[in-house]
Amino acid sequence: MPDFEPILLKRINAKASPWLDAYRADGGYRALAKALNEMTPTQVIDVVKNSGLRGRGGAGFPCGVKWTFLPKDHPGPIYLCVNADESEPCTFNNRILMEHDPHQVLEGILLACYATKASVAYIYIRYEYGVAYRNMQKAIDELYANHLLGKNILGKDFSLEVYLHRGAGAYICGEETGLIESLEGKRGWPRIKPPFPAVEGAFRKPTVVNNIETLACVTHVVERGADWFKTIGIPPDPKNPRDAGSYGPKLYCISGHVNKPCCVELPLGITVRELVDKHGGGVWKGRKAKGCIPGGISMGIMSEKEFDTPLDFNGPGKVGCLGLGTAAVTVFDETTSIVDILYNICRFFAHESCGQCTPCREGTGWMMKIMDRMRRGQGRKEDLEILDEVAKSIGIMPGTTICGLADGAGWPIKNAIAKFRPELEEYITSGQKTTMSLALAGSH
Amino acid sequence: MAFLSDDIRQQILAYLPRYPNKQAVTLPALHIVHDALRCVPHEAIREIAEMLDLSPAQVVDTMTFYQFFREENAPLGKTRVWVCRSLACGLRGGEELLETFCQKLHVQPGGTTADGKITLEFAECLGACEGAPAVMVNDEHRHAVTDVDALIAELT
Repeated sequence: MPDFEPILLKRINAKASPWLDAYRADGGYRALAKALNEMTPTQVIDVVKNSGLRGRGGAGFPCGVKWTFLPKDHPGPIYLCVNADESEPCTFNNRILMEHDPHQVLEGILLACYATKASVAYIYIRYEYGVAYRNMQKAIDELYANHLLGKNILGKDFSLEVYLHRGAGAYICGEETGLIESLEGKRGWPRIKPPFPAVEGAFRKPTVVNNIETLACVTHVVERGADWFKTIGIPPDPKNPRDAGSYGPKLYCISGHVNKPCCVELPLGITVRELVDKHGGGVWKGRKAKGCIPGGISMGIMSEKEFDTPLDFNGPGKVGCLGLGTAAVTVFDETTSIVDILYNICRFFAHESCGQCTPCREGTGWMMKIMDRMRRGQGRKEDLEILDEVAKSIGIMPGTTICGLADGAGWPIKNAIAKFRPELEEYITSGQKTTMSLALAGSH
Repeated sequence: MAFLSDDIRQQILAYLPRYPNKQAVTLPALHIVHDALRCVPHEAIREIAEMLDLSPAQVVDTMTFYQFFREENAPLGKTRVWVCRSLACGLRGGEELLETFCQKLHVQPGGTTADGKITLEFAECLGACEGAPAVMVNDEHRHAVTDVDALIAELT
């Protein structure tokens, strides 16, 4: 296959200026002009729907279809909440888009608001992205100064306000209803669905929640059309009538034990092996990989034997992982203990569980404590069964929690027990201890 | 006399037109006060609540959910340094880096140096994994931090 020509990272790889003049000189805001001059909002929704663009935030829900869930002929206001709370561990693609090409994202936001008739867009951005926050604000200021935001944009009957809203370091605010609650000034506790945000979202009004990378894709879909978008990626599996396909480019993050951690743009469907060897510079120190997390830690664990799995919306599920997630691959080498990996992951979820649902609040804490005990050489034979039981009984899938945080917390445990059981059993029976320092072990 | 300065109050009020209700200004208000005062004292909470037509309990409820905001008994130092300990950084020395910071600054995570210059924190994934182990100084990332002495010298 010839080398793929990046689309979302095109200007970023060329180190182009992130600011408005340069973005326009490179053809920016042509898609906006095209939509406002030649297309109705319904036509914009249709092209996005027909492109098969699926949400890049983790769930992979078809973007255009989501937009059609808004009530028809609603008197308004309708809101767009842009999810820039990218907090899934090992994921940083949205940060790169916002820091280095903010107008590509903002053009997608303008197009999404035109299509959905949203009059205000709130960009909920995690606190940790200070540079992205300031660059996005500067780009928004440029748009207001050039009448590309505010009243009657391009002289049309389309007005839009865009505001940045800073988070305060809570993973759960990346869950769409947790985000909305946080935006409203409350604790970021996810809401029971339905009602879905499209019906009753921010400030009890119809709301669309879209991810940054998804919106950047919208810019190109509107400019170049649905058919062009479908030339990239993987068509639906003919044997699976529910598969919506995996079309378009994707930003893959590669980190951990590779020679060249980076973010690279490729057509959906590249295998983990090609990603690691060709784009991540291979496993570091001349070692072999033991495994990886395939799409953020919530998606579970892939063993090295499974590295030929394609990273499209269906691939990771075929080897027992939860899904594509954020397509952030973190490799760990053969010398790394699976116990240390699991402890790190369990500690994260115990820290980030919002505490609203008891099975998640308690379950993530128990899993962390059991992994902590195990890494101190005090694991018990029955621990694996207890972990497996906890992991399988917390989450939205078993029906015990409101949101999917606990499903993501349980998945790496379930995968590790299924795929690395001999190593875990050996660790426990031999009384092995972690080689990591325990000096700060009290800092949960 | 009001506890919060006119300047801080004006900054908070400037956020009101952005949202259809006043409660949505809670997080922006907390950030403004926290940045300026290095903590959110209880008097500030009362005044934020008054400005936003809320009960102080509502502001406290929101504020304490995010472990980000400091109360007046543990204000931040001049610079807040976060060391990432999540998976991508942990695999490349993040935990050892945090320990080195603790030893050199003579504080535990969450603590502030005796001279009040640096508050050290552990962070869950900063989103700077291509630059692991990553550190955040206030709200800006530093990639592949190896020289702890140099960074501390720069900040003190």
